Amino acid sequence: MVNASVEGKTYAETDPYLVGREKIREFAHAVKASNSMHFDVLAAQAAGYLDVIAPPTFAVVIQERSLTSVLADKEADIDFSRVVHGDQRFIHARPIVAGDELTSQLTVASVKSLGAHAMVTFETKIHDAAKQLVCTAISTLVVRGAE
Amino acid sequence: MTHINIASLEVGQEIGSIEFLLTRDSLVRYAGASGDFNPIHYRDDFAKSVGLDGVLAHGMLTMGAAVQVAVDWVGDPGRIVDYGVRFTKPVFVDAKDGAVLTVTGKIGEIDAENSIVRIDISAVAADLAVLGKAQARVRI
Repeated sequence: MVNASVEGKTYAETDPYLVGREKIREFAHAVKASNSMHFDVLAAQAAGYLDVIAPPTFAVVIQERSLTSVLADKEADIDFSRVVHGDQRFIHARPIVAGDELTSQLTVASVKSLGAHAMVTFETKIHDAAKQLVCTAISTLVVRGAE
Repeated sequence: MTHINIASLEVGQEIGSIEFLLTRDSLVRYAGASGDFNPIHYRDDFAKSVGLDGVLAHGMLTMGAAVQVAVDWVGDPGRIVDYGVRFTKPVFVDAKDGAVLTVTGKIGEIDAENSIVRIDISAVAADLAVLGKAQARVRI
């Protein structure tokens, strides 16, 4: 169901993702975020940021790009149609700001079996163009076994 | 610095509550903004074919909306330094009526030395807690 030997495997770093101001506004609308620092450059700058800042869960968009590589990995053998999102966490060294160029690199932190199911935990490190850590995204997927 | 005086806070104190109406429109909008186009979030026939009762909200939409209670309180989304949830129950979104998500935040822990407050978030839809262990650490 999930190949336990991929535990500890680290995938290639993704190409840089350029965080656009309009993308932040679009994402903020979508999660029903109303804080002016997502929309108004001057409001964000007044709080000390260079440009509008992303909502706390925006890093999922970056995480998704590195998840694609593991889901496509035949060695890992994860059937995406059987996947349920179990839990999610974002640890931010700083907020994501419009203009950031972010790369992400995913490591399979653990693979556990749980009866007929498997739980896979991924840890994605998101870095900016200066190679500084911006966010660590931790995601656990539950892969349901065949009934 | 924020407007919040950490010394005045008490564990258990409620910081606010928000009601969100999630409609199919919200789900399509979130799919587009996030890039998560799993059809269980917009096609009833598909959702039923995989054994679900109907279309459900993206867990990440619920997670993203729920943290707003902490953002509203602190006033600066950049101060949410750590945010995690467990997805415990699906939020079914009726095609006509949508679903109401009620989010409440309470102070769970105060770390005055590091100026970090943990907000424990409850998220309820159709009388069920849909997030478990939803905690946001906020830098005051």
